[in-house]
Amino acid sequence: MRKTVIRSAAAAILVLCAGSFGSHAQDASEKEIERYREMISDPMSNPGYLAVDRGEALWGEARGTKNVSLETCNLGLGAGKLEGAFAQLPRYFADADKVMDLEQRLLWCMQNIQGLDTKDVIARRFSGPGRASDMEDLVAYIANKSNGMKIDIPLSHPKEQEMVAVGEALFYRRGGVNDFSCATCHADEGKRIRLQGLPNFSKPGKPAQETMGGWPTYRVSQGALRTMQHRLWDCFRQQRWPVPEYGSDVLTALTSFLQKQAVAGELNVPSIKR
Amino acid sequence: MKRVLTLAALVLAAGSLTTSASAQTAAKAPDPALVDAYMKSTFGKAPPEWQARIEPDETLKTCNAYHNEVPSAEAEKITAREMARVVYPADGKFLGNWKEGAKIANNGRGGQFSDPPDTVAGGNCYACHQMEQKEVSYGTLGPSLTNYGKDRKYDPQEIKNAFTKVYDSQAMFACSNMPRFGVNKVLSEQQIKDIVAFLFDPESPVNK
Repeated sequence: MRKTVIRSAAAAILVLCAGSFGSHAQDASEKEIERYREMISDPMSNPGYLAVDRGEALWGEARGTKNVSLETCNLGLGAGKLEGAFAQLPRYFADADKVMDLEQRLLWCMQNIQGLDTKDVIARRFSGPGRASDMEDLVAYIANKSNGMKIDIPLSHPKEQEMVAVGEALFYRRGGVNDFSCATCHADEGKRIRLQGLPNFSKPGKPAQETMGGWPTYRVSQGALRTMQHRLWDCFRQQRWPVPEYGSDVLTALTSFLQKQAVAGELNVPSIKR
Repeated sequence: MKRVLTLAALVLAAGSLTTSASAQTAAKAPDPALVDAYMKSTFGKAPPEWQARIEPDETLKTCNAYHNEVPSAEAEKITAREMARVVYPADGKFLGNWKEGAKIANNGRGGQFSDPPDTVAGGNCYACHQMEQKEVSYGTLGPSLTNYGKDRKYDPQEIKNAFTKVYDSQAMFACSNMPRFGVNKVLSEQQIKDIVAFLFDPESPVNK
């Protein structure tokens, strides 16, 4: 099944590259890209759901020095309550006195509830050939429990407000050898980098809603389920910035800002993307 | 302001031209020290030379504070400061080899943490600009540069302006989105000459 998906994807890419573009070429290529998107976004053939199943098993598995599962981990809506939790993250957690995204919170629960040394989990934060990622699988499982729900992050706590404000400042902060910020590519309507469309995140609305409503996602080009932590890591790579520390505050601040722009967007995850 | 606009009319229209019409200052911006603390927690373990790259200079500090929509007084300070940083070729020649320029325009390598450190960087012009007609994979963040030299009648002043713009975009447009390729040492003087030739050589496919 996965092979078929990848083969059709390759075919679509060939179509994209082979077409010759004249004056109405723009429209034609946009349509072709749209067709390709529809073709790959079939949930029945989305390998991201394998990650959901693996994540479910991991959630219930006793691990760490305390040999317990994660089932008492509070993701914001009460111990072990998963339905709708992802739609309201990042949020402030009093026990940690910190605003956390899902991945930071899972690491906290592993350390504090399970007594698990997370070094190995962090080393496998992004899956690769022959290397499964607990974090990707857990995020897929937990995020999927918010399917059909609307993004609605809490903003009443001062630290939640701080996260969003810092996230906005960071969105516009330029740097690296090319002076790039997030806003360089994501602050205008209808722009492309090469043939890739660029959603505008500088204001609340549909582009942010559709983007944030579609992460985590199964990346066909990478053959892996990817989370927002990975997406931002890859953005910083392309921005020519240094490697961002996994599960750190700049990433949470940017995620909070993007979630705020995406409020009321509907989650449908894991999605499947190029 | 008038000077900025006159310059703008003269040169490559790449990047965001930020006049004060839609300018708005960043409301309730957080304390810079707080933002720095976040930066430290995320990038503090990067090698020192990498951390230095994300330390904003005076120009970027202004662009960041105004979300690139700088008022004209600030814009003039920036263009004056950046103009002083442009180093023109000692031989006075701005045109290199357009065939090399074509390769540089198509090359997006360099500067990423996934690149080997000795990678020769490209200009990656097609990421944002249309250039030669037959290249269909081009971005739209910057304006189309098709027929760039031809449309400007291969005027020597335009050629110099193009060199300036590639060397330091902000010498022309304050807070332009375009990288400052020469100032930031992403491209060498020869590479910039080659790109200018790609734009201005009558034989270049950009002008066909």
